[in-house]
Amino acid sequence: MKDILLQVEPLIPALRRYARALVRNRANADDLVQDCLERAVSRWNQRRDGDVRSWLFAILHNLAVDQFRKTAARGRHVRIDETSEDDLSDAAAQEHRLMYQDVLNRLARLPEEQQSVLLLVAVEDLSYADAAKVLNIPVGTVMSRLSRARERLQQEIEGTKDTTPTNVVQMRSER
Amino acid sequence: MNHRPITEDDLHAYVDHVLEPERQAEVAAYLVAHPEVAKRVADFTGQRHLLRAALAPIAEEPLPAELNLSRIIEQGARGRSPVRWAMAAMLLLSIGGLGGWSMRGALQAPPSGLVALGQEAAVSYGVYAPDRIRPVEVRASDSAQLLQWVSDRLHRPVKVTDLTASGYRLMGGRLVATSHGPAAMFMYDDDQGSRIVVLTRPMSSADQNAPMTPQSHDDVAGFAWADDGMGYSLIGRATPESLRPIANEVRRQARSI
Repeated sequence: MKDILLQVEPLIPALRRYARALVRNRANADDLVQDCLERAVSRWNQRRDGDVRSWLFAILHNLAVDQFRKTAARGRHVRIDETSEDDLSDAAAQEHRLMYQDVLNRLARLPEEQQSVLLLVAVEDLSYADAAKVLNIPVGTVMSRLSRARERLQQEIEGTKDTTPTNVVQMRSER
Repeated sequence: MNHRPITEDDLHAYVDHVLEPERQAEVAAYLVAHPEVAKRVADFTGQRHLLRAALAPIAEEPLPAELNLSRIIEQGARGRSPVRWAMAAMLLLSIGGLGGWSMRGALQAPPSGLVALGQEAAVSYGVYAPDRIRPVEVRASDSAQLLQWVSDRLHRPVKVTDLTASGYRLMGGRLVATSHGPAAMFMYDDDQGSRIVVLTRPMSSADQNAPMTPQSHDDVAGFAWADDGMGYSLIGRATPESLRPIANEVRRQARSI
Protein backbone atom coordinates (compact mmCIF):
# COMPACT_ATOMS: atom_id res chain seq x y z
CA MET A 1 0.00 0.00 0.00
CA LYS A 2 2.98 2.24 0.54
CA ASP A 3 3.86 1.44 -3.04
CA ILE A 4 0.59 2.83 -4.35
CA LEU A 5 0.96 6.06 -2.36
CA LEU A 6 4.43 6.64 -3.73
CA GLN A 7 3.49 5.94 -7.31
CA VAL A 8 -0.03 7.35 -7.56
CA GLU A 9 -0.14 10.37 -5.29
CA PRO A 10 2.26 12.53 -7.34
CA LEU A 11 0.06 11.97 -10.41
CA ILE A 12 -3.20 13.22 -8.89
CA PRO A 13 -2.72 16.88 -9.95
CA ALA A 14 -2.23 15.80 -13.58
CA LEU A 15 -5.30 13.54 -13.41
CA ARG A 16 -7.35 16.48 -12.12
CA ARG A 17 -6.07 18.66 -14.92
CA TYR A 18 -7.02 16.13 -17.58
CA ALA A 19 -10.45 15.52 -16.06
CA ARG A 20 -11.17 19.23 -15.71
CA ALA A 21 -10.12 19.96 -19.28
CA LEU A 22 -12.44 17.25 -20.56
CA VAL A 23 -15.56 17.76 -18.43
CA ARG A 24 -14.96 21.44 -17.60
CA ASN A 25 -16.91 21.44 -14.36
CA ARG A 26 -14.74 21.28 -11.25
CA ALA A 27 -17.05 19.17 -9.10
CA ASN A 28 -17.76 16.63 -11.86
CA ALA A 29 -14.09 16.42 -12.74
CA ASP A 30 -13.02 15.79 -9.16
CA ASP A 31 -15.75 13.15 -8.80
CA LEU A 32 -14.25 11.38 -11.80
CA VAL A 33 -10.76 11.56 -10.31
CA GLN A 34 -12.06 10.22 -7.01
CA ASP A 35 -13.71 7.29 -8.83
CA CYS A 36 -10.49 6.73 -10.71
CA LEU A 37 -8.42 6.63 -7.51
CA GLU A 38 -10.85 4.24 -5.82
CA ARG A 39 -10.62 1.91 -8.78
CA ALA A 40 -6.86 2.20 -8.86
CA VAL A 41 -6.69 1.25 -5.19
CA SER A 42 -8.99 -1.74 -5.55
CA ARG A 43 -7.27 -2.96 -8.73
CA TRP A 44 -3.71 -2.15 -7.75
CA ASN A 45 -2.70 -5.80 -7.51
CA GLN A 46 -4.34 -6.69 -10.82
CA ARG A 47 -2.54 -4.12 -12.91
CA ARG A 48 -0.13 -5.45 -15.47
CA ASP A 49 3.46 -4.37 -15.50
CA GLY A 50 3.95 -1.11 -17.25
CA ASP A 51 3.61 2.57 -16.80
CA VAL A 52 1.42 3.50 -13.82
CA ARG A 53 0.70 6.87 -15.36
CA SER A 54 -0.85 5.55 -18.56
CA TRP A 55 -2.74 2.93 -16.50
CA LEU A 56 -4.28 5.68 -14.37
CA PHE A 57 -5.07 7.90 -17.33
CA ALA A 58 -6.76 4.94 -19.02
CA ILE A 59 -9.01 4.35 -15.99
CA LEU A 60 -9.85 8.05 -15.81
CA HIS A 61 -10.45 8.35 -19.53
CA ASN A 62 -12.83 5.40 -19.58
CA LEU A 63 -14.79 6.85 -16.67
CA ALA A 64 -15.04 10.20 -18.48
CA VAL A 65 -16.23 8.54 -21.68
CA ASP A 66 -18.86 6.58 -19.72
CA GLN A 67 -20.07 9.80 -18.23
CA PHE A 68 -20.27 11.49 -21.63
CA ARG A 69 -22.34 8.60 -22.92
CA LYS A 70 -24.74 8.81 -20.01
CA THR A 71 -25.03 12.55 -20.41
CA ALA A 72 -25.63 12.17 -24.14
CA ALA A 73 -28.26 9.51 -23.45
CA ARG A 74 -30.12 11.97 -21.26
CA GLY A 75 -30.11 14.37 -24.19
CA ARG A 76 -28.09 17.05 -22.52
CA HIS A 77 -24.74 18.52 -23.32
CA VAL A 78 -23.42 20.08 -20.16
CA ARG A 79 -19.87 20.46 -21.23
CA ILE A 80 -19.87 24.04 -22.34
CA ASP A 81 -22.88 25.98 -21.29
CA GLU A 82 -23.10 24.94 -17.68
CA THR A 83 -19.53 25.83 -16.98
CA SER A 84 -19.21 28.86 -14.83
CA GLU A 85 -16.46 31.29 -15.57
CA ASP A 86 -14.51 30.59 -12.44
CA ASP A 87 -14.61 26.83 -12.83
CA LEU A 88 -11.54 26.87 -14.95
CA SER A 89 -9.00 29.53 -14.62
CA ASP A 90 -9.50 31.23 -11.31
CA ALA A 91 -5.86 30.75 -10.43
CA ALA A 92 -4.60 32.06 -13.74
CA ALA A 93 -3.22 35.51 -13.90
CA GLN A 94 -6.02 37.97 -14.53
CA GLU A 95 -4.64 39.40 -17.76
CA HIS A 96 -4.43 35.95 -19.32
CA ARG A 97 -7.69 34.73 -18.02
CA LEU A 98 -9.86 35.60 -20.98
CA MET A 99 -7.35 34.29 -23.46
CA TYR A 100 -7.07 31.01 -21.59
CA GLN A 101 -10.80 30.73 -21.22
CA ASP A 102 -11.10 31.32 -24.92
CA VAL A 103 -8.75 28.56 -26.01
CA LEU A 104 -10.46 26.08 -23.68
CA ASN A 105 -13.87 27.04 -25.02
CA ARG A 106 -12.60 26.46 -28.53
CA LEU A 107 -11.05 23.16 -27.54
CA ALA A 108 -14.42 22.10 -26.14
CA ARG A 109 -15.92 22.41 -29.62
CA LEU A 110 -13.71 19.62 -30.93
CA PRO A 111 -15.01 16.05 -30.94
CA GLU A 112 -14.20 14.40 -27.62
CA GLU A 113 -11.81 11.90 -29.25
CA GLN A 114 -9.74 14.76 -30.69
CA GLN A 115 -9.69 16.65 -27.40
CA SER A 116 -8.42 13.59 -25.55
CA VAL A 117 -5.52 13.01 -27.89
CA LEU A 118 -4.47 16.63 -27.86
CA LEU A 119 -4.66 16.90 -24.08
CA LEU A 120 -2.79 13.66 -23.43
CA VAL A 121 -0.01 14.50 -25.88
CA ALA A 122 0.36 18.26 -25.73
CA VAL A 123 -0.54 18.91 -22.09
CA GLU A 124 0.12 15.69 -20.19
CA ASP A 125 3.25 14.83 -22.18
CA LEU A 126 2.30 11.23 -22.79
CA SER A 127 4.27 9.58 -25.57
CA TYR A 128 2.27 8.70 -28.68
CA ALA A 129 2.54 5.03 -27.69
CA ASP A 130 1.22 5.71 -24.16
CA ALA A 131 -1.62 7.84 -25.51
CA ALA A 132 -2.51 4.93 -27.80
CA LYS A 133 -2.62 2.63 -24.76
CA VAL A 134 -4.80 5.03 -22.78
CA LEU A 135 -7.26 5.42 -25.63
CA ASN A 136 -7.00 1.79 -26.68
CA ILE A 137 -6.35 2.70 -30.32
CA PRO A 138 -3.37 2.11 -32.66
CA VAL A 139 -0.56 4.67 -32.69
CA GLY A 140 -1.43 5.51 -36.29
CA THR A 141 -4.90 6.55 -35.16
CA VAL A 142 -3.36 8.70 -32.43
CA MET A 143 -1.34 10.51 -35.10
CA SER A 144 -4.26 11.10 -37.43
CA ARG A 145 -6.50 12.29 -34.59
CA LEU A 146 -3.77 14.57 -33.30
CA SER A 147 -3.38 16.04 -36.76
CA ARG A 148 -7.12 16.59 -37.14
CA ALA A 149 -7.36 18.03 -33.62
CA ARG A 150 -4.66 20.60 -34.30
CA GLU A 151 -6.08 21.63 -37.67
CA ARG A 152 -9.56 21.89 -36.24
CA LEU A 153 -8.48 23.86 -33.18
CA GLN A 154 -6.62 26.27 -35.43
CA GLN A 155 -9.74 26.75 -37.54
CA GLU A 156 -11.70 27.43 -34.38
CA ILE A 157 -9.13 29.93 -33.18
CA GLU A 158 -8.88 31.74 -36.51
CA GLY A 159 -12.33 31.28 -37.94
CA THR A 160 -14.38 32.41 -34.98
CA LYS A 161 -12.09 35.08 -33.68
CA ASP A 162 -14.33 38.00 -32.71
CA THR A 163 -16.48 37.50 -35.79
CA THR A 164 -19.11 34.95 -34.84
CA PRO A 165 -21.66 35.89 -32.21
CA THR A 166 -21.25 33.55 -29.25
CA ASN A 167 -24.86 32.35 -29.32
CA VAL A 168 -24.33 30.79 -32.76
CA VAL A 169 -21.33 28.93 -31.51
CA GLN A 170 -23.18 27.66 -28.49
CA MET A 171 -25.98 26.23 -30.56
CA ARG A 172 -23.49 24.43 -32.69
CA SER A 173 -21.93 22.92 -29.63
CA GLU A 174 -25.29 21.62 -28.48
CA ARG A 175 -25.79 19.17 -31.29
CA MET B 1 23.14 14.09 -48.04
CA ASN B 2 20.10 12.06 -48.85
CA HIS B 3 17.37 13.01 -46.36
CA ARG B 4 14.27 11.01 -45.66
CA PRO B 5 11.21 13.03 -46.69
CA ILE B 6 9.52 15.00 -43.92
CA THR B 7 6.15 13.54 -42.90
CA GLU B 8 3.12 15.02 -41.14
CA ASP B 9 4.01 12.83 -38.17
CA ASP B 10 7.44 14.47 -38.09
CA LEU B 11 5.82 17.88 -37.88
CA HIS B 12 3.72 16.88 -34.87
CA ALA B 13 6.64 15.15 -33.21
CA TYR B 14 8.63 18.35 -33.80
CA VAL B 15 5.92 20.38 -32.04
CA ASP B 16 5.86 17.87 -29.17
CA HIS B 17 9.68 17.75 -28.86
CA VAL B 18 9.86 13.99 -29.25
CA LEU B 19 12.14 13.72 -32.28
CA GLU B 20 15.69 12.53 -32.13
CA PRO B 21 17.98 15.60 -32.15
CA GLU B 22 19.22 14.80 -35.65
CA ARG B 23 15.71 14.56 -37.07
CA GLN B 24 14.66 17.66 -35.14
CA ALA B 25 17.40 19.55 -36.97
CA GLU B 26 16.30 18.17 -40.33
CA VAL B 27 12.72 19.29 -39.72
CA ALA B 28 13.94 22.72 -38.58
CA ALA B 29 15.96 23.08 -41.81
CA TYR B 30 12.93 22.01 -43.84
CA LEU B 31 10.75 24.61 -42.10
CA VAL B 32 13.20 27.38 -42.95
CA ALA B 33 12.81 26.47 -46.59
CA HIS B 34 9.00 26.10 -46.41
CA PRO B 35 7.42 29.13 -44.72
CA GLU B 36 3.84 27.91 -45.33
CA VAL B 37 4.48 24.73 -43.39
CA ALA B 38 6.47 26.68 -40.84
CA LYS B 39 3.41 28.84 -40.22
CA ARG B 40 1.27 25.78 -39.45
CA VAL B 41 3.91 24.35 -37.16
CA ALA B 42 4.17 27.68 -35.36
CA ASP B 43 0.38 27.71 -34.94
CA PHE B 44 0.45 24.22 -33.45
CA THR B 45 3.27 25.20 -31.12
CA GLY B 46 1.27 28.24 -30.07
CA GLN B 47 -1.76 26.04 -29.30
CA ARG B 48 0.41 23.79 -27.23
CA HIS B 49 1.77 26.67 -25.16
CA LEU B 50 -1.63 28.21 -24.73
CA LEU B 51 -3.29 24.98 -23.62
CA ARG B 52 -0.51 24.18 -21.17
CA ALA B 53 -0.61 27.66 -19.70
CA ALA B 54 -4.41 27.67 -19.47
CA LEU B 55 -4.50 24.31 -17.70
CA ALA B 56 -1.40 24.59 -15.55
CA PRO B 57 -3.16 26.34 -12.62
CA ILE B 58 -5.45 23.33 -12.13
CA ALA B 59 -2.50 21.13 -11.29
CA GLU B 60 -1.30 23.74 -8.80
CA GLU B 61 -4.54 23.82 -6.82
CA PRO B 62 -4.44 22.21 -3.38
CA LEU B 63 -6.06 18.77 -3.49
CA PRO B 64 -9.54 18.61 -1.96
CA ALA B 65 -10.08 16.24 0.96
CA GLU B 66 -11.95 13.68 -1.13
CA LEU B 67 -8.86 13.18 -3.28
CA ASN B 68 -6.69 12.32 -0.30
CA LEU B 69 -5.22 9.02 -1.41
CA SER B 70 -4.35 7.74 2.08
CA ARG B 71 -7.97 8.14 3.05
CA ILE B 72 -9.20 6.41 -0.09
CA ILE B 73 -6.87 3.49 0.62
CA GLU B 74 -8.16 3.29 4.19
CA GLN B 75 -11.76 3.35 3.07
CA GLY B 76 -10.99 0.72 0.47
CA ALA B 77 -9.65 -1.55 3.19
CA ARG B 78 -12.52 -0.96 5.63
CA GLY B 79 -15.75 0.69 4.75
CA ARG B 80 -16.47 -0.58 1.32
CA SER B 81 -15.82 -4.25 1.68
CA PRO B 82 -19.01 -5.16 3.60
CA VAL B 83 -20.99 -3.58 0.80
CA ARG B 84 -19.07 -5.55 -1.77
CA TRP B 85 -19.65 -8.76 0.14
CA ALA B 86 -23.33 -7.98 0.39
CA MET B 87 -23.48 -7.39 -3.36
CA ALA B 88 -21.56 -10.55 -4.11
CA ALA B 89 -23.86 -12.47 -1.77
CA MET B 90 -26.89 -11.02 -3.55
CA LEU B 91 -25.40 -12.13 -6.83
CA LEU B 92 -25.12 -15.66 -5.53
CA LEU B 93 -28.64 -15.44 -4.14
CA SER B 94 -29.93 -14.35 -7.50
CA ILE B 95 -28.58 -17.46 -9.21
CA GLY B 96 -31.94 -18.97 -8.58
CA GLY B 97 -32.40 -22.54 -7.54
CA LEU B 98 -28.75 -23.39 -7.61
CA GLY B 99 -27.87 -25.79 -4.83
CA GLY B 100 -31.44 -25.71 -3.62
CA TRP B 101 -31.56 -21.95 -3.22
CA SER B 102 -34.25 -19.76 -4.61
CA MET B 103 -35.15 -16.13 -4.30
CA ARG B 104 -38.23 -17.16 -2.36
CA GLY B 105 -36.05 -18.93 0.14
CA ALA B 106 -33.70 -16.01 0.33
CA LEU B 107 -36.49 -13.65 1.20
CA GLN B 108 -37.42 -15.79 4.15
CA ALA B 109 -35.21 -15.85 7.22
CA PRO B 110 -31.77 -16.92 6.05
CA PRO B 111 -30.77 -20.37 7.21
CA SER B 112 -28.23 -20.48 9.94
CA GLY B 113 -25.76 -22.89 11.39
CA LEU B 114 -24.56 -25.95 9.54
CA VAL B 115 -27.46 -25.84 7.07
CA ALA B 116 -26.37 -22.40 5.89
CA LEU B 117 -22.77 -23.51 5.71
CA GLY B 118 -23.69 -26.57 3.68
CA GLN B 119 -25.78 -24.46 1.31
CA GLU B 120 -22.95 -21.98 0.86
CA ALA B 121 -20.56 -24.79 0.03
CA ALA B 122 -23.11 -26.26 -2.41
CA VAL B 123 -23.53 -22.89 -4.13
CA SER B 124 -19.78 -22.44 -4.42
CA TYR B 125 -19.53 -25.93 -5.81
CA GLY B 126 -22.30 -25.19 -8.29
CA VAL B 127 -20.60 -22.00 -9.45
CA TYR B 128 -16.94 -22.96 -9.51
CA ALA B 129 -16.66 -26.73 -9.92
CA PRO B 130 -18.07 -26.70 -13.50
CA ASP B 131 -15.84 -23.76 -14.44
CA ARG B 132 -13.37 -24.77 -17.14
CA ILE B 133 -11.49 -21.50 -17.35
CA ARG B 134 -10.84 -20.44 -13.79
CA PRO B 135 -12.29 -22.80 -11.19
CA VAL B 136 -9.77 -21.50 -8.67
CA GLU B 137 -8.31 -18.05 -8.40
CA VAL B 138 -5.01 -19.07 -6.84
CA ARG B 139 -3.48 -22.34 -7.93
CA ALA B 140 -2.09 -24.99 -5.65
CA SER B 141 1.43 -24.04 -6.75
CA ASP B 142 0.90 -20.74 -4.93
CA SER B 143 -0.79 -22.25 -1.91
CA ALA B 144 1.35 -20.26 0.54
CA GLN B 145 0.00 -17.07 -1.01
CA LEU B 146 -3.51 -18.51 -1.02
CA LEU B 147 -3.37 -19.39 2.68
CA GLN B 148 -1.97 -15.99 3.55
CA TRP B 149 -4.79 -14.30 1.67
CA VAL B 150 -7.68 -16.27 3.10
CA SER B 151 -6.20 -16.25 6.62
CA ASP B 152 -5.96 -12.46 6.43
CA ARG B 153 -9.53 -12.14 5.27
CA LEU B 154 -10.98 -14.65 7.72
CA HIS B 155 -8.82 -13.33 10.57
CA ARG B 156 -8.02 -16.95 11.40
CA PRO B 157 -5.16 -19.20 10.49
CA VAL B 158 -6.51 -21.36 7.69
CA LYS B 159 -4.83 -24.61 6.84
CA VAL B 160 -5.25 -26.56 3.65
CA THR B 161 -5.96 -30.25 3.91
CA ASP B 162 -3.77 -32.70 2.05
CA LEU B 163 -6.12 -35.26 0.51
CA THR B 164 -3.63 -37.13 -1.68
CA ALA B 165 -4.07 -40.23 0.48
CA SER B 166 -7.78 -40.12 -0.43
CA GLY B 167 -6.98 -39.74 -4.12
CA TYR B 168 -7.69 -36.02 -4.43
CA ARG B 169 -5.16 -33.39 -5.45
CA LEU B 170 -5.45 -29.75 -4.42
CA MET B 171 -6.22 -27.57 -7.46
CA GLY B 172 -6.18 -24.31 -5.52
CA GLY B 173 -8.73 -22.04 -3.98
CA ARG B 174 -10.30 -18.67 -3.64
CA LEU B 175 -12.14 -16.41 -1.30
CA VAL B 176 -15.91 -16.65 -1.80
CA ALA B 177 -18.79 -14.52 -0.60
CA THR B 178 -21.41 -15.98 1.71
CA SER B 179 -24.28 -14.35 3.55
CA HIS B 180 -22.14 -14.84 6.66
CA GLY B 181 -19.10 -13.05 5.26
CA PRO B 182 -16.01 -14.26 3.46
CA ALA B 183 -15.20 -17.95 3.29
CA ALA B 184 -12.23 -19.86 1.97
CA MET B 185 -12.95 -22.41 -0.72
CA PHE B 186 -10.48 -25.12 -1.67
CA MET B 187 -11.01 -27.32 -4.69
CA TYR B 188 -9.60 -30.76 -5.32
CA ASP B 189 -9.88 -33.22 -8.15
CA ASP B 190 -9.15 -36.90 -8.61
CA ASP B 191 -7.72 -38.84 -11.52
CA GLN B 192 -11.13 -38.95 -13.23
CA GLY B 193 -11.44 -35.17 -12.98
CA SER B 194 -14.19 -35.34 -10.34
CA ARG B 195 -14.06 -32.25 -8.22
CA ILE B 196 -14.83 -31.65 -4.57
CA VAL B 197 -14.74 -28.44 -2.58
CA VAL B 198 -14.02 -27.71 1.05
CA LEU B 199 -15.49 -24.46 2.31
CA THR B 200 -14.47 -22.99 5.63
CA ARG B 201 -15.44 -19.84 7.50
CA PRO B 202 -15.87 -18.60 11.06
CA MET B 203 -19.21 -19.58 12.67
CA SER B 204 -21.53 -17.37 14.68
CA SER B 205 -21.26 -17.60 18.43
CA ALA B 206 -24.22 -19.99 18.61
CA ASP B 207 -22.59 -22.62 16.39
CA GLN B 208 -19.00 -22.73 17.57
CA ASN B 209 -19.00 -26.51 17.75
CA ALA B 210 -21.30 -28.86 15.92
CA PRO B 211 -21.01 -32.54 15.03
CA MET B 212 -20.54 -33.71 11.47
CA THR B 213 -23.90 -33.66 9.72
CA PRO B 214 -24.77 -34.95 6.26
CA GLN B 215 -25.81 -32.29 3.75
CA SER B 216 -27.71 -32.73 0.54
CA HIS B 217 -28.65 -30.06 -1.98
CA ASP B 218 -30.17 -31.20 -5.23
CA ASP B 219 -27.57 -33.38 -6.89
CA VAL B 220 -24.63 -32.56 -4.66
CA ALA B 221 -23.97 -33.94 -1.22
CA GLY B 222 -21.51 -33.76 1.56
CA PHE B 223 -20.97 -32.98 5.20
CA ALA B 224 -20.72 -29.95 7.45
CA TRP B 225 -19.39 -29.53 10.96
CA ALA B 226 -17.92 -26.88 13.25
CA ASP B 227 -14.86 -27.10 15.42
CA ASP B 228 -13.71 -24.42 17.78
CA GLY B 229 -15.50 -21.57 15.99
CA MET B 230 -14.62 -22.59 12.45
CA GLY B 231 -17.18 -24.21 10.20
CA TYR B 232 -16.27 -26.70 7.48
CA SER B 233 -18.24 -28.19 4.68
CA LEU B 234 -17.13 -30.72 2.12
CA ILE B 235 -19.29 -31.00 -0.99
CA GLY B 236 -19.04 -33.12 -4.08
CA ARG B 237 -21.05 -34.91 -6.69
CA ALA B 238 -20.58 -38.30 -5.10
CA THR B 239 -22.31 -40.58 -2.63
CA PRO B 240 -22.25 -39.59 1.06
CA GLU B 241 -20.58 -42.92 1.82
CA SER B 242 -17.62 -42.13 -0.42
CA LEU B 243 -17.33 -38.57 0.88
CA ARG B 244 -17.55 -39.41 4.57
CA PRO B 245 -13.98 -40.69 5.01
CA ILE B 246 -12.68 -37.63 3.16
CA ALA B 247 -14.64 -35.33 5.47
CA ASN B 248 -13.19 -37.21 8.44
CA GLU B 249 -9.72 -36.66 7.07
CA VAL B 250 -10.35 -32.91 6.61
CA ARG B 251 -11.59 -32.68 10.20
CA ARG B 252 -8.66 -34.69 11.54
CA GLN B 253 -6.08 -32.50 9.80
CA ALA B 254 -7.86 -29.26 10.74
CA ARG B 255 -7.83 -30.27 14.39
CA SER B 256 -4.12 -30.88 14.26
CA ILE B 257 -3.29 -27.22 13.49
